[in-house]
Amino acid sequence: MRRAIRASVALWLFVAAGLIQVSARTNHSAAQLSGHQIRRIISLVPAATEMLFAVGAGPRVVGVSSYDTYPPVVKTLPSVGALIDPNVERILSLKPDLVVIYGSQTDLKQQLTRVGISVFEYRHAGLADVTQTIRAIGERTGDKTEADRVAAGIERDLEDIRVRARPLPKPRTLLVFGRESRSLRGLYASGGLGFLNDMLEAAGGANVFTGIKLEAVQASTEQVLAARPDVILETRSTSGAFPAGERGAEIDAWKSLASVPAVRNGRIVFLFDDRIVVPGPRVAEGTLLIATALHPDAFR
Amino acid sequence: MTVQRRFLRTVAGFGALAIGTIVLAPLVGSTAISLRRVFDRSIPFADNTDAQIFFVARLPRTLAGAMVGALFAASGVIFQGLLRNPLATPFTLGVSAGAALGAIVAITFNWSIALFGISAVPLAAFAGSVAAVGIVYALAQARHRGLSTTVLLLAGVTMNAFFSAMILFVQYFASFADVGRTLRWLMGDLDVSSYEPLVAALPASMVAFAVFAWLARPLNLLSLGPDSAESRGLDVARAQRGAFLSASLATGAAVSIGGPIGFVGIIIPHLVRLLVGPDHRLVLPAAALFGAAFLVVCDLVARTILAPIELPVGVITALIGGPFFLWLLIRKP
Repeated sequence: MRRAIRASVALWLFVAAGLIQVSARTNHSAAQLSGHQIRRIISLVPAATEMLFAVGAGPRVVGVSSYDTYPPVVKTLPSVGALIDPNVERILSLKPDLVVIYGSQTDLKQQLTRVGISVFEYRHAGLADVTQTIRAIGERTGDKTEADRVAAGIERDLEDIRVRARPLPKPRTLLVFGRESRSLRGLYASGGLGFLNDMLEAAGGANVFTGIKLEAVQASTEQVLAARPDVILETRSTSGAFPAGERGAEIDAWKSLASVPAVRNGRIVFLFDDRIVVPGPRVAEGTLLIATALHPDAFR
Repeated sequence: MTVQRRFLRTVAGFGALAIGTIVLAPLVGSTAISLRRVFDRSIPFADNTDAQIFFVARLPRTLAGAMVGALFAASGVIFQGLLRNPLATPFTLGVSAGAALGAIVAITFNWSIALFGISAVPLAAFAGSVAAVGIVYALAQARHRGLSTTVLLLAGVTMNAFFSAMILFVQYFASFADVGRTLRWLMGDLDVSSYEPLVAALPASMVAFAVFAWLARPLNLLSLGPDSAESRGLDVARAQRGAFLSASLATGAAVSIGGPIGFVGIIIPHLVRLLVGPDHRLVLPAAALFGAAFLVVCDLVARTILAPIELPVGVITALIGGPFFLWLLIRKP
């Protein structure tokens, strides 16, 4: 019996060693392609897809994530899954030279690098990181000049908004990006970190949760009441908009919090726009939308 | 001491504990409020932030905790007695998984309906639990006179797995923010922010508790085994049916208010049995009252421990409940 066990252990070790050897052999470290050597690009992140098109690498994009909608031409490209469900087989079948992945997709990164495909790791962060990422992507795809031009344009537009908003009063704002319909349960709001918070501040608003150093705050009723926002901004993706007939009911969901100034003064604003929730090259336009909502007189 | 006197003493003791926590819990929270301002009638309610925090945020939340804790703990006792299995919980027979599927469908597809001030997610959760109960009940009755607890258990466990698979399937279509919100729903959360969900769940809870009161003696007999119970004059099939349906109703009501808050339904019954013994006439009221107090305290911890951030209460019950349950497993009898 013991011999049998020993024999089978030895056999398994032998097989395992063989597998390791095989995988080591296929792990040829491909020369990192760069610039216009990169002819086929896949993006698994909508914000990065927009950046690729903005810097002029769009014609080389051969596959996108299942959440991509902009620019409209991406809807005709093959969809290869997204953050939690990347379809490795389809990615490989499109023979990409470069795949833009989200920073947390470590398994995918390993699978791609093992077969010699280079990856560009992307992560959502602050507003300043958007233009920085555009420059980095442009450098990688050989579109540095155009990327610099696009990034500088965004930075200029944002600075314009900041300058215009600077002398205006800063309404204390609750920026909500998710909750259950017709109820205040499951409410998610922007904390003091991340691009939504940065956009709100650039637009001349003061985030009520600026002191909570998280990107997403699961705010309770008590926290909302205690924060006493002057304005409640609810933002969603364009496709996540409340149906027209539901907007009144969704505003009524706030009615029980009568002591909140935004509720009492009717300053609950819905902004359903991908330019706000996708931190891509349209962030300045998104920031302008927020600024207009906060300061309708100054920004019209 | 007669059972009657022990009953009164138990109810008085655990009742005082429950009432004490319910009175004290709304006084504490993630923000500091002035009690004098809360009860100052000279300030209009709509202008009084302190009063709104007390009456709109904290009080409904505390009452929700008490109600959900009592429902889960009592139905835990019933399920353990019915299945004669100490590991049974209100979630064993698929009720909560059915509710979760309903809730997650409502979140993912953004159903926007409301009935008597109750929004889509709790409505869908309750509907899901009723559907799950119906399926399990039909299966357990299909080939038996009365209920087969073995079939009940196996059907329940299978339905749990099936509904969980359905949840993953639905999740696949969810957008990113929705995945986060469903996860949060599954953690359990008592921030109801109005009294309507509590009032809506009240009739079902009252019916369930009335049946529970009748079930105390039958469950005592059932603990001897169905055959002995039958020979002592108990209509076993009727008792089992009553136990299953009433405890499922209670669980469905509780899940629709607070989500599937774990561990209350298993640790409270065991704790209470350690304190008052196995007699269901004492265990049932004690578990309901102690469950109420326990969940109110857990929620108090959840909303203050990391202030100004508030945690979902399910995180706290699991953190306390998990280690306790392991201790229960390895403890010498």
